[in-house]
Amino acid sequence: MNTILRNSVAGLLCSTFITGAALAAGNHPVTGEPLADDQTFVYRVLDEHSSVDPQVVEDVSGAEIVRDLFEGLMNQDENGNLVPGVATGYTTNETKDVYTFTLRDNAKWSNGDPVTAHDFVYAWKRAVDPALSSPYAWFMELMSIENAAEIIAGEKPVDDLGVKAIDDHTLEVKLSAPLPYFPQMTTHSTTFPAPRKVIEQFGDEWTKPGNIVSNGAYVLTEHLPNERSVRERNPMYWDNENTIIDKVVALVINDENVALTRYLAGELDRTEVPAGQFPRLKKEYPNEAISFPRLCNYYYTFNLSDSGPEAFKDPNVRQALSLAVDRKIITENILAGGQPEAYTFVPEATAGFTPPVVEMATMTQAERDELAKELLAEAGYGPDNPLSFSMVYNTSEAHKKVAVALSQMWKQKLGAQVELANMEWKIFLEERGNQNFDLARGAWCGDYNEASTFLDLLQSDSGYNDGKYSNPKVDELLAQAKTSDDPAPLYTEVERIIAQETPVIPIYHYAGVYMLDSDVGNWPVNNVEQNWYSKNLYKIAE
Amino acid sequence: MLAYVIRRLLIAVPTILLLIVASFFLMHFAPGGPFTSERPLPPQVLANIEARYGLDQPLWKQLWDYLYNIVVHFDFGPSFKFKDRDVNDIIAQGFPISLTYGMLSFIVATLVGVSLGIAAAIRHNSWIDYFAVGLGIAAQALPNFIMGPILILTFTLWLGWLPGGGWNGGQWQYLIMPVIALATSYMGSIARITRSSMLEVLNSNFIRTARAKGLPTRTVIWRHALKPTLLPVVSYLGPVFVYVLTGSVFVDIYFSTGGLGQAYVGSALSRDYAVLLGVTILYGVLTVLVNLLTDLAYAWFDPKIRY
Repeated sequence: MNTILRNSVAGLLCSTFITGAALAAGNHPVTGEPLADDQTFVYRVLDEHSSVDPQVVEDVSGAEIVRDLFEGLMNQDENGNLVPGVATGYTTNETKDVYTFTLRDNAKWSNGDPVTAHDFVYAWKRAVDPALSSPYAWFMELMSIENAAEIIAGEKPVDDLGVKAIDDHTLEVKLSAPLPYFPQMTTHSTTFPAPRKVIEQFGDEWTKPGNIVSNGAYVLTEHLPNERSVRERNPMYWDNENTIIDKVVALVINDENVALTRYLAGELDRTEVPAGQFPRLKKEYPNEAISFPRLCNYYYTFNLSDSGPEAFKDPNVRQALSLAVDRKIITENILAGGQPEAYTFVPEATAGFTPPVVEMATMTQAERDELAKELLAEAGYGPDNPLSFSMVYNTSEAHKKVAVALSQMWKQKLGAQVELANMEWKIFLEERGNQNFDLARGAWCGDYNEASTFLDLLQSDSGYNDGKYSNPKVDELLAQAKTSDDPAPLYTEVERIIAQETPVIPIYHYAGVYMLDSDVGNWPVNNVEQNWYSKNLYKIAE
Repeated sequence: MLAYVIRRLLIAVPTILLLIVASFFLMHFAPGGPFTSERPLPPQVLANIEARYGLDQPLWKQLWDYLYNIVVHFDFGPSFKFKDRDVNDIIAQGFPISLTYGMLSFIVATLVGVSLGIAAAIRHNSWIDYFAVGLGIAAQALPNFIMGPILILTFTLWLGWLPGGGWNGGQWQYLIMPVIALATSYMGSIARITRSSMLEVLNSNFIRTARAKGLPTRTVIWRHALKPTLLPVVSYLGPVFVYVLTGSVFVDIYFSTGGLGQAYVGSALSRDYAVLLGVTILYGVLTVLVNLLTDLAYAWFDPKIRY
């Protein structure tokens, strides 16, 4: 039996217990904390979401809403572990290329229709359908679902997708290659079910409040673009009895300082802390300013393609530049939000990842600087022949501060002549994607909690490998990891190679740095992907 | 007069067309496209998306289709970023918001500015004059991006009287700060222009004649001096009107009003071509219309002008 099945049994027992305890008492059924009368959660989003259509949504703020409105096969708990969603569990065959999910029979859409395996089949076919041309179609390809790639390319009909409803409550998925972490990927919004009847009735307008029918704990009730969207409890949701938050309001506030002011004025329950302000806020509001590791990295990538500078072809030069970066200054003095210093590409918080012992991480900064000078001298650069290159980043105050600090470190310690350039986001992407740079900023947030979501960026033929780093050994290890039962040592080995060859300079790993009202209960600080579900939160009486 | 209006409207057509064509090509020449992203789409997915929006067609064909859809269907196209809305939706939602507080700001700036200017001119070199001039200069030196933070810190954080942003159906509490932020600097300019214009008029011969006839000061000011005083003010108000509607970008973003300015800037950054072009056309048409109205207003204020 699978761990998921065991978890689901525990979950069922737990929910029976909770139902028995009844919620009306005004206390939290598990923790016993007194609950507030007004169970409304208000939070800030940076930008208007792209869509709430699960197969179309492509941004973080949209995915947060979609996770509340819809429910997929599996959910994540506060720690990022898989827990049952619409599926109560799954089984897989010996070769891990066929997964069979059992769906609960009490799951309903907000219009009362039952949620069936056919809704998933429809949604998954929709996601790869060239007619919908979803910007997230690639995710289905990444999931290795049989024929997904061919359907997206228009070479096979949509109906050939390797997903089948055996009956209303059994969903079978065939994969083109074994994928041990396939179930983890079903927590992603692209895989959520879609209400065929409603989509066919309203077309592109189906996601508007009033039209939309969803199967999650909430339904969308109000949406004023660029201002707010409101979701309210879905009485048809199978676990509605154990849902505590009644209403969730997402306010679009572009300016993070305005958002902070409005938070301090009591208008918001949650907002991000602007760079550098965490220490002050932590002192003034010790129970509200929080920081925890996130599944994102921040790095600079060398252009190793033919258009890149000759100097960067020498690993010693790359190593020297990486060594000379005093990461402590950046994390403690510039960002000051509890971000961990980075010596590996994959964040340490990633599940199942054991970082190798990187020599650089064990040295003092003085030792690193010394070694950097030696390496650079060895490579033939010094006062008479200074290393000179340019570095680009996308326009932003925070990136600028980091870039200026880096260039100063290289100038003072290594005598390098560094030219700084910033570009508007789309231009930056275009230039970086066409290898029109020497050294460029990069950042990546994991699509799922597994090291390959990061390390794939350094694979030779990856579309995201803007530095054009290529090492056959790395490619081979990553290919092996895809089908391995225990990929952890392989990832560690890849990181060891990266530490030696330094195709990128890891600077820091992100932290979630929030102001979170102390009356918000159960915020999943240990979920490194920050996949949060409003149905698991509650407001404590003040 | 009617012939003049018709002539002006006819000239407006090629003007707007030129605006569309120029914006269209400038937009497409900007590096990056609507689907450039950190996670480059696989070529096949990108091809599917581009085919869906007609972006695989040659530029001239895209422009032609765009114009055709506007003229024949009054359809300004889809948004590439917001999949469930088209440009018509976005404008229909955002423009009324921008228009509401834009108009209010315009009215506030004009009424307060003109009153201050007149008061200062009538009591020339008195404390009222100094106060009005001081206030005018101070206001002019406070653009909306300075006023915004000052207002929010004062009224939201310290006093706790007003919500720090949002729209909420346009309730008055939500309107006060955006309107003040937007109106202040224009009010300052209007006050200064009114004051100097009024001073000039008050020194002119026909006012001296009116005074010599023994007319009471009130009649002199309201019946004789006001209209000529307002002529330069009106020529300034035309552009101001367009500015408060279009230049409200900062206010939209800062106060999260949901107005069109936010959509405008966002569309430029995300290369949401149709939205960017749609809003540009709207602002272009407004500019042309307001300029026409301003010119017509001259004729009313100054009997010497006839069309």
